[in-house]
Amino acid sequence: MAQMNMVQAINSALDVMLGRDPRVVVFGEDVGYFGGVFRCTDGLQRKYGEHRVLDTPIAEGGIVAAAIGMGVNGLRPVAEIQFADYIYPAFDQIVSELARLRYRTAGDYCAPVTIRTPCGGGIRGGQTHSQSPEGVFTHVCGIKVVMPSNPYDAKGLLISSIEDEDPVVFFEPKRIYNGPFDGDPHKPAVPWSTHPKGEVPEGHYAIPIGKAEVVRPGKDVTVLTYGTMVHVAEAAVRLAEVDAEIIDVRTMVPLDVDTLCTSVSKTGRCVIVHEATRFSGFGAELSATVQEECFWQLEAPIARVTGWDTPYPHAFEWDYFPGPARIVAAIRSVMEAR
Amino acid sequence: MTQSRLHVPHPPARPGEKPDFSYLDIPPAGHESRPDTLAPAHEIERLGTGMVRVLDEQGRAVGSWNPHLEPEELQVALRHMLLTRHFDERMQRMQRQGRISFYMKSTGEEAVAVAQGMALQPGDMLFPSYRTQGLFIVRGKSLVDLMSQCLSNTRDMCRGRQMPIMYHWAEGNIFSISGNLATQFPQAVGWAMAAAIKGEDRIAASWMGEGSSAEADFHHALTFAAVYQAPVILNVVNNQWAISSFQGFAGGERRTFAQRGPGYGIPGVRVDGNDFLAVYAVTRWAAERARASGGPTLIEHVTYRAAAHSTSDDPSRYRPKEEWQAWPLGDPVKRLKEHLIGIGEWSEERHAALERELEAHVTACWKEAVTYGTLTDGPTLDPMSMFEDVFHDMPAHLKRQREELRGLTAAQHAAAAAKVSGGEG
Repeated sequence: MAQMNMVQAINSALDVMLGRDPRVVVFGEDVGYFGGVFRCTDGLQRKYGEHRVLDTPIAEGGIVAAAIGMGVNGLRPVAEIQFADYIYPAFDQIVSELARLRYRTAGDYCAPVTIRTPCGGGIRGGQTHSQSPEGVFTHVCGIKVVMPSNPYDAKGLLISSIEDEDPVVFFEPKRIYNGPFDGDPHKPAVPWSTHPKGEVPEGHYAIPIGKAEVVRPGKDVTVLTYGTMVHVAEAAVRLAEVDAEIIDVRTMVPLDVDTLCTSVSKTGRCVIVHEATRFSGFGAELSATVQEECFWQLEAPIARVTGWDTPYPHAFEWDYFPGPARIVAAIRSVMEAR
Repeated sequence: MTQSRLHVPHPPARPGEKPDFSYLDIPPAGHESRPDTLAPAHEIERLGTGMVRVLDEQGRAVGSWNPHLEPEELQVALRHMLLTRHFDERMQRMQRQGRISFYMKSTGEEAVAVAQGMALQPGDMLFPSYRTQGLFIVRGKSLVDLMSQCLSNTRDMCRGRQMPIMYHWAEGNIFSISGNLATQFPQAVGWAMAAAIKGEDRIAASWMGEGSSAEADFHHALTFAAVYQAPVILNVVNNQWAISSFQGFAGGERRTFAQRGPGYGIPGVRVDGNDFLAVYAVTRWAAERARASGGPTLIEHVTYRAAAHSTSDDPSRYRPKEEWQAWPLGDPVKRLKEHLIGIGEWSEERHAALERELEAHVTACWKEAVTYGTLTDGPTLDPMSMFEDVFHDMPAHLKRQREELRGLTAAQHAAAAAKVSGGEG
């Protein structure tokens, strides 16, 4: 085992897959010679050559469309969109093409494309470098949607994504690239070496897509969350002094309904936490699913803690970010409800 | 048997290698002749492969593109360019000191925004990119306002909602800068179409880097502009580098960016972007053409991004450190200065005095700007204002969220106050 931060774990996953599978190609803006603006592809072009690790023109629609063409022609493309906020020029290619190719050709064509993209706020990135658009993609039929919360999962899930026969949009919460973040920007940064999930095997391993993980067992209330907010929720649960069960959803599509609902059926209470905006956010799907599956076990209305329904404001980042105080308040309200 | 092979563009030099700009075709100043303003696009395709240059190696203004500006106008231009440079330097330093979160300099490219801003009419609408801060300076936006935006303070025209440098100025007819690339290019065309629909004599102009010209929005802009012969000037600022990708990754290895214009039936003009007089003259030509129903023009400004892409970037990882010194088109500020000295309208002493004056001005502006607050020190904007302007009228769900935040903030203040009084007791 090695100590890795999330950038190194992602780099390692790409390295492993480039080494194992000659069909894997990695490309995107600044990913080749430079190694990516977040360094996720550092050293890979030197190691595997510029026909397998490529810089691209600045054209997200072109990047995804080219990935589809390569995928159809037998490659396993891993495309990087530099920020999730820049993914929208590729939206038509993802929604109308990538997601539906298998369906509309009755399985004769498909493109096993992985799209990696950094998401989330907390880096003073304003509205064009902070978004969490996972819910926009979970609403599309035919693509899998993944968001890891730590280096170990990031590597295992990225390897599974690349090996998957279906297209995957793989969101990387950039606030936790270098260390877990508990939601308090005034505390000194904590590196991944302090966290058990910063221990990452150097070789190949896979974490199955579609499996959530119980990161903290508990009996009083279930907290469903993913990405950066897993760590914020852990901090909030410590503050709230409740025996909460925290579940890292990890994969939004397909969703591990069993793990989620087994927990809520046990605790009878549910708080859903994500950084993305609330209205029609992925939390709405989680809430509906829990209500449908666990209605008779619920002791209280389900609560959602999310980003406000506004663009991500530069100056008010920490008023916007759904920090521990809001999660604690939601947990308390759910605990007090009769 | 034949076999295809993937071509991957390579910049002429990487770190540790000797800078090499031999790929650039640079004709002598005065070589291109200025065509009639309404010359048909197909008759002036040569403008896309040549390079309009007015200032020669000795700093003289030569050839038919010479705009024959008054010395006073040139002195104003030099002041604007120098002010842009001093402003950039100060804001970069303030970012390094943690006073602002981010910055992007335009060093080495000041002539593009300043010359074009001066060549256009105040009523013309500008759709800027993130490296054309000179447009705001030419149009008279105060540095205090620009700095306040970078500080997200109580005077910020964006009310704290945008990252630094994403300015706008409605009264000055300058549109909002987007963090997403190329989006403003076809919007400028739409604005120009509206001007034509309304029968106005105002025109639009927009800017993007050569790297962004790979985006589909570039194609949308040129297609719409050509179809409707919209009164618009579309500028590709070819500063050779898009973060780590040299201009070959945007298609610059095969054709100039200006040459794309004729493909759409639009004149494409390649200009020495570090030559204030050439940029000014080409812009005037394109503006006259647009105003006279001659339709759009695509201008490629050949320049060099002397600074890092942004304060988050480290160019020493991907290009030789000495490239800027080796850049064959020089420094736009220095070239205009030498021209003015050459015609007897400037001196080293006046230049040094101007630099001191501008530096003092920038310092005074910064001192004033921080009185309106910084990211960390008051006065601060009211966080409740973040819910405003999502819609014209605030819907109920946003009002509920605002009240939730208000309650939370009050509770936090109460808790903090209790902690303080507890500590004292």
